Amino acid sequence: MKLENKVFELKNFASEMAKLKSEKHFDFLVTIVGEDFGEEGLGCIYILENTNSHERISVKTIAGGNRDGAYIPSISKIWKSADFLEREVYDFLGIKFLGHPDMRRLYLRSDFEGYPLRKDYDMSPENNKYTLESDPEPDYTNEWSLDENGELVATQHKLFGDDDYVINIGPQHPATHGVLRLQTILDGETVRKIYPHCGYIHRGVEKMCEDYTYPQTLALTDRLDYLSAMMNRHALVSVVEEAMGVELSDRIKYIRTIMDELQRLDSHLLFYSCCAQDLGALTAFIYGMRDREEVLNVMEETTGGRLIQNYYRIGGCQEDIDPNFVSNVKKLCNYIKPKFKEFDDIFTGNVITNNRFVGVGKLSLEDAISYGCTGGTGRASGWHNDVRKNHSYAMYDKIDWNEITYNNGDCFDRYKVRMDEMKQSVHILEQLIDNIPEGDFYIKQKPIIKVPEGQWYTSCEGSRGEIGVYLDSRGDKKPYRLKFRPMGLSLVSAMDEILRGEKIADLISVGATLDYVIPDIDR
Amino acid sequence: MEVRKPKIKGIPYAEFKDNDSLEKIAQELHEGGVNVITGSLDQMINWGRSNSLWSLTFATSCCGIEFMAVGCARYDFARFGFEVTRNSPRQADLIMCAGTITNKMAPVMKRLYDEMAEPKYVIAVGGCAISGGPFKSSYHVVRGINEIVPVDVYIPGCPPRPEAILYGMMQLQRKVKVEKFFGGANHKEKKPIIITDEDLKNNINK
Repeated sequence: MKLENKVFELKNFASEMAKLKSEKHFDFLVTIVGEDFGEEGLGCIYILENTNSHERISVKTIAGGNRDGAYIPSISKIWKSADFLEREVYDFLGIKFLGHPDMRRLYLRSDFEGYPLRKDYDMSPENNKYTLESDPEPDYTNEWSLDENGELVATQHKLFGDDDYVINIGPQHPATHGVLRLQTILDGETVRKIYPHCGYIHRGVEKMCEDYTYPQTLALTDRLDYLSAMMNRHALVSVVEEAMGVELSDRIKYIRTIMDELQRLDSHLLFYSCCAQDLGALTAFIYGMRDREEVLNVMEETTGGRLIQNYYRIGGCQEDIDPNFVSNVKKLCNYIKPKFKEFDDIFTGNVITNNRFVGVGKLSLEDAISYGCTGGTGRASGWHNDVRKNHSYAMYDKIDWNEITYNNGDCFDRYKVRMDEMKQSVHILEQLIDNIPEGDFYIKQKPIIKVPEGQWYTSCEGSRGEIGVYLDSRGDKKPYRLKFRPMGLSLVSAMDEILRGEKIADLISVGATLDYVIPDIDR
Repeated sequence: MEVRKPKIKGIPYAEFKDNDSLEKIAQELHEGGVNVITGSLDQMINWGRSNSLWSLTFATSCCGIEFMAVGCARYDFARFGFEVTRNSPRQADLIMCAGTITNKMAPVMKRLYDEMAEPKYVIAVGGCAISGGPFKSSYHVVRGINEIVPVDVYIPGCPPRPEAILYGMMQLQRKVKVEKFFGGANHKEKKPIIITDEDLKNNINK
C-alpha cells in the first residue's frame, strides 16, 4: 500500500497514539521504521493495523532535539512489540525513546560507535574492523527522560538482582536455531526473566540495500530467512512493482503462488524435523528431512537452486517453469499426502511430545496481538492474521483454502497449526497446478529501474509470519530506505512473556515451536 | 620411509583437485625425515582419525541448513566417517564454519576455536566464511574467517551443494592422512603459560 502518513506533533504524540488504539482499535503495531529523512531530520514511521477491519494506517513523527540528542516519546506501554522495535531504532539511528525502560543496543555491540543507518555513517571496511575482545556489557540499563530545561537525563536501572542466577543460552547452542543468545535469570529451575540478545548474525542488509540498485537488492532477500526465500523476495518484488505500477500476467501470479506454497511446505517440513530433534526424536528428524528433499527436487528443476532460489525478479520470474514442473508437482502432492499420517504416527501422538507440548508456553490472544506475533504463533492463539486472507495477493483470493487457527496458544497448538498448514499448501497446489495459464513469465522492464517518489509498504505471508517491506523512494535507481519487517523479532520479544514462570526445560519446546530463523531477525 | 599418498575409497587420487598443496605438505614432512616405526604408527593412527572426524555444529546462517541436509538420509555423511556432530567444542575435531561471521560473532568464534582440543581443523563453508561473500561490503561482516582462525579446507558456494560439502570433507580426510601425528609437525602446540608465584603477586597488586 502507498503510505499516506498522519503526522503527529511530538508533544501530544503519545496521547494521540494511545487514542488510535483505544478509540479506533488499531491494536496491532506492524512495525516501526526508523529513518534518516535528510533535511527533515531523524524520525520514525509507525504502521498500525486494526485487527477487526484489517485497515492499515501509518503515522510519521520527526524526532525532537538535535542530532546527537534526538528523542521521541516511547509507546512501549501501549503496544508491547514496541519494546524491541524502539530498541532497534535506537540501535541503528540513535533516537532515544523517552520513558522506555530498557534503552540498550539490541543488535550491535555495546561499545559500537556511531549509528549505521544514518546517512552520514561511514560504512567503509577500514573503519569497521572487528575486534576479538569480548563485549564489555554493562549490567545496568538507561531510561531517558526530559528535565524541566528540556535536557535529556538518564536514570539507571539494574538488570540483575544481587542473588540472581544468570545463565547464557547461546549464541552457540543447538536449540536456539542459530546464533541467538538468551540471557536467562533462573530461580531454581523456574525462569524469572529472559533478556534476548540479537545481532550475532547482523549483516547490515538494510544499509547495503541503500547502495544497491533495485535488481541488486533482490539478491540479499533470499539470505534473510532462507527458509522462506521465495516469500521474502515476493514481498520485495511486490513493493517495487506496486510502486512502479507493473501489471502482472496471470501466469506470473500462478507461478508465484505455487512457488510460495512449495517453499512453505519445505519450511514447515524443516520445522517438523527440527522441532522433533530439539525434543530428542531423531527418527522424526530424518523422516522430515527425507521428504523435504523431494520438495527441493521439484523447486530445483525450475529455479536451479536448492536453498537460495533467486527466482523472482521485478516484473516476473527469472525463467519459465521447467517442462516437467507440472507433473513433478503432482507427483509430489501424491507422494507427500500419505506422509502426513506417518508424521502423526511417529511424533504427534507420542506421550513425551504431548507432555512437553500440551499446556506449555501459553501465549494469550491479547499478548499475541500486542507483541505482533504473526504467522503460526499468532494463529495458534486464535488470531486471524494470515496476510493471504486479510490483504490478499497473487492468486490467494481466487482459490479455496482455509486459514488454520487454534485457541489455546500453547506449544502443541503452534505445532498443529504448521502441520495443518502443510495440508492446506498441498490443497492449494492441487487446485493451481492443472490450470497454469499461458502467457508471459516476465513483463519486460526498462534496463535501469527507477521507482517514482513515495513510500510504500507491502507484505506477504512468510513461513513464520508477516514479512513486510517498507520502501522509501526519492525517484532514484536506488532505494532511499528499505526496511524489512522481520518475522522472528516479535516472536523473540514475546519469549520473556511466554516463559516467565515456566521451567527451563520448556524453553527448548517453546523455542522449537516458535520456529524463528535468526538471520531473518538480525538482517 | 615415505609419506604415502592418501587413499580415499572409490575416488582415484588423480581425480581430486588441488593435489599440489597436499604434495607440498608431504614434501615438507619428508625434509624432516620420517622414522619407519613412527611413520607406520602415524599411518595407522591417521587412518583411524581421518575416518572418525567429529564436527562441531557451528551454523550461523544458510549454509547450516545445507549442512543439516548433508547429515540426513539422502547424503548422509556418516558413510564417510563424519559419524556424529558435537555441540560442545571440547569434544569436536573440526569446526564446520557454515555461514557469515559478523563482527559481534568474531570473538565467540575465536573462543570456540580456542576451546577445542588439538589436533583441530577448520572448514570454511560458503562464500561468507571464505571472504564475506555477498555481504563483503557490509559494515558488520568479517571478510573471511581466515583472518581469525587458520582454515584447512575452503568449500565455495552460496550455499555449497551437499555434494560439494562432502567433497570438501573428503579433502580434509586426505589432509589428515598425510600428517605426522607423532612429533606434531603439522600442529605445533602452543607452549603452556606457566604462572609463577611472582606473576600471581603482580596480578594481585594490580
